[in-house]
Amino acid sequence: MKKLLSLLLALAMLVCCFAFAACGDTADDGKDTDTQTGEVNGDDTGDTAANADFKLGVILLHDEFSTYDLNFMNGVEEAKAALGLSDDQIIMKKNIPESDACYEAACDLVDEGCDVIFADSFGHETYMLKAAKEFPDVEFCHATGTMAHTEGLANFHNAFASIYEGRYLAGVAAGLKLNAMIEDGTITAEQAKIGYVGAFTYAEVISGYTSFYLGAKSVCPSATMDVQFTGSWYDETAEKNAAQALIANNCVLISQHADSMGAPTACEEAGVPNVSYNGSTVEDCPNTFIVASRINWAPYFKLICENAMKGEAIPTDWTGTIATGSVVLTDVNTQAAAAGTVEKLEEVKAGLLDGTVKVFDTAADNFITVGGAKLETYLADVDTDDAFTPDTEAVADGYFHESEYRSAPYFDVRIDGITLLNDAY
Amino acid sequence: MAKVKTEKVHEPLFHIVKRDRMPLWQSISIRLGSIVCALAFCALICYIVIDVKPAEFFETMFDGVFGSERRIWKMIKDLAVLLCISLAVTPAFKMRFWNIGAEGQVLMSCLASVACVIYFGGKMSNWMLLVCMALASVIMGAIWAVIPAVFKAKWDTNETLFTLMMNYVATSLVSFFLIVWVPSGSSTLGELDYGHLPNIYNRYLVLVLVVAAITVAMYIYLNYCKHGYEISVVGESQKTACYIGINVKKVVIRTLIVSGALCGIAGFLIVSALDHSVTTASAGGQGFTAIMVSWLAKFNPIIMVATSFLIVFLQQGVNQVATDCNISNAFPNIIVGIILFFVIGCEFFINYKIMFRGKEASKK
Repeated sequence: MKKLLSLLLALAMLVCCFAFAACGDTADDGKDTDTQTGEVNGDDTGDTAANADFKLGVILLHDEFSTYDLNFMNGVEEAKAALGLSDDQIIMKKNIPESDACYEAACDLVDEGCDVIFADSFGHETYMLKAAKEFPDVEFCHATGTMAHTEGLANFHNAFASIYEGRYLAGVAAGLKLNAMIEDGTITAEQAKIGYVGAFTYAEVISGYTSFYLGAKSVCPSATMDVQFTGSWYDETAEKNAAQALIANNCVLISQHADSMGAPTACEEAGVPNVSYNGSTVEDCPNTFIVASRINWAPYFKLICENAMKGEAIPTDWTGTIATGSVVLTDVNTQAAAAGTVEKLEEVKAGLLDGTVKVFDTAADNFITVGGAKLETYLADVDTDDAFTPDTEAVADGYFHESEYRSAPYFDVRIDGITLLNDAY
Repeated sequence: MAKVKTEKVHEPLFHIVKRDRMPLWQSISIRLGSIVCALAFCALICYIVIDVKPAEFFETMFDGVFGSERRIWKMIKDLAVLLCISLAVTPAFKMRFWNIGAEGQVLMSCLASVACVIYFGGKMSNWMLLVCMALASVIMGAIWAVIPAVFKAKWDTNETLFTLMMNYVATSLVSFFLIVWVPSGSSTLGELDYGHLPNIYNRYLVLVLVVAAITVAMYIYLNYCKHGYEISVVGESQKTACYIGINVKKVVIRTLIVSGALCGIAGFLIVSALDHSVTTASAGGQGFTAIMVSWLAKFNPIIMVATSFLIVFLQQGVNQVATDCNISNAFPNIIVGIILFFVIGCEFFINYKIMFRGKEASKK
């Protein structure tokens, strides 16, 4: 027993030695950096000093294993490189649930000296808002949220991107693939049925799958679509099962909103073409991946960091577009895509940019119909209230004005040609 | 020595002997020693795997827990919530009823609290609402715990599987109600405006005081009440319990009601003091962590304060390491796992001693 005790004591002492030795090291390091920043402050312009002090805090729902959060992390890294920020100037808090933990994380980031704090998940919003009210000197930015434009807080901001345009482009690629399959006799025109794996029957998802479907329909008029919901933003098994169910139900092409590799993997196994989201899956699905649309968050991160450093206001409700570089497509996988896809996508993209092509074109015949009739008017729920009452007329000038009255999508019309297999979610 | 060795032919290098009860100071120093060893080992791993100096590792860990007043309060609050759930599972475990359903019991009581806020919020005074929430939570938690208890008492079903399944049912029910309550379809409720516990000094203090009171009450209940005695006897041997006239079925059901009701209080505190909302992750896995906290403390409520501190300190500290070094959050879990392995492993050295060859002979 005594031996064991003395062994433990010896170990403890060893640890202490270690600790003190290295403590000395870090103390020295601290001094070094102090003098360095001191020099910069002393002889350089105020601009660099502001840059050196600037800190961005990022709150993420999951970590790099979720494609959704990885997309944000890549955006931060890109902005960091472009602005020449150091590692110390960015603090990322991962796996922060949509609860009081988000508020705590935001407060902790304020204590750490962050000038701008960003959160990436829809459910973070009310907790970010609470922190924004408490710390008026710090800028709070929240992706996918809906409340900034009505809250009237100077330091709380929302952001999203017109990803429906990206989905539309991805839909065009899907439509071309359907056309190629019809041409080579694999399917008839009537069999051109797309399958879509959605998360919830929420506007963001509805806007996403409808724009995707419209893209396909714009080149392949006979296209129809089945949508299967999973009731989760991230559930690999459920997504894979949903994709397999859709394939078994004669869907000849699959796309998805949900965030995991479930649907792409199911497609690769079954040899069914897949249009992906959030990032390329070509490495894992070389035979079936066509193209993916994604939001590039780097332009937004650049914007908020630059504005904060310059002391300029951050837009209350910012919508990234193709023009800002926020809505992008991955490289087209020529092995799976139809011939001529790249050229056609360039053409449609140019149309979207100059405004000649509208995604939610309500004026065109046989394009957007509800119960066989054209969509002439629609009250959308733009201003969030407890009862989610529709409040804003969104159809005007021959198209549905998506992401114009606020950045987060509000198109939630159920149009003809799309069948919801389970809309309990 | 060499002489002895040649005389004995088949003696192994060492063998294991059960210890008599060891003095408290010894067992405590072995436990502390194991934590020190574990931390040293983790620091070494950090140094090798992510190139963080051991001193920096410990410094960051302490900074993550004690770095600011806010962090200290967050630690105390996390400790209180975990302790509350640990206290809740303790009576059942002491009775050898393997209740791994605390997660579901907490989640259901969160759901009950939020339901009160949604249906009564703004229609009654805040105090009335809080009372309703607390009652609903406690009843809900108790119901969720007593169902498996009744099945166990009446038909001797396996309580481990039953309570585990009840967790899944609870998660699905929360998903279901989120769809019902959020017509926009996002299944995100967000923070609700009503049913907030009052801020006294800060928003954590009331919660901490409630849990402190429960800790003392549970200590008294287990050690100085007839109920506590009955729980111990049923846990030691059901036959003995029968023999001395304890109604085992009654004790099982009654204890699980207590257990579930305490989970209910935890759920009520989570909703009214912290989240003001519910998601499927409201319990956050603490229902399972609590089992470990309770075991490590050998079901002693006072020691549980220390074991919950250990767990919370590790989680919060190692998360800070992950944030500061910008590494994957899988890493903190590995570190916590290693440390717990050491801590649980050291129990072996408390219960047994290793006798090396020769030592015994020389004693003779």
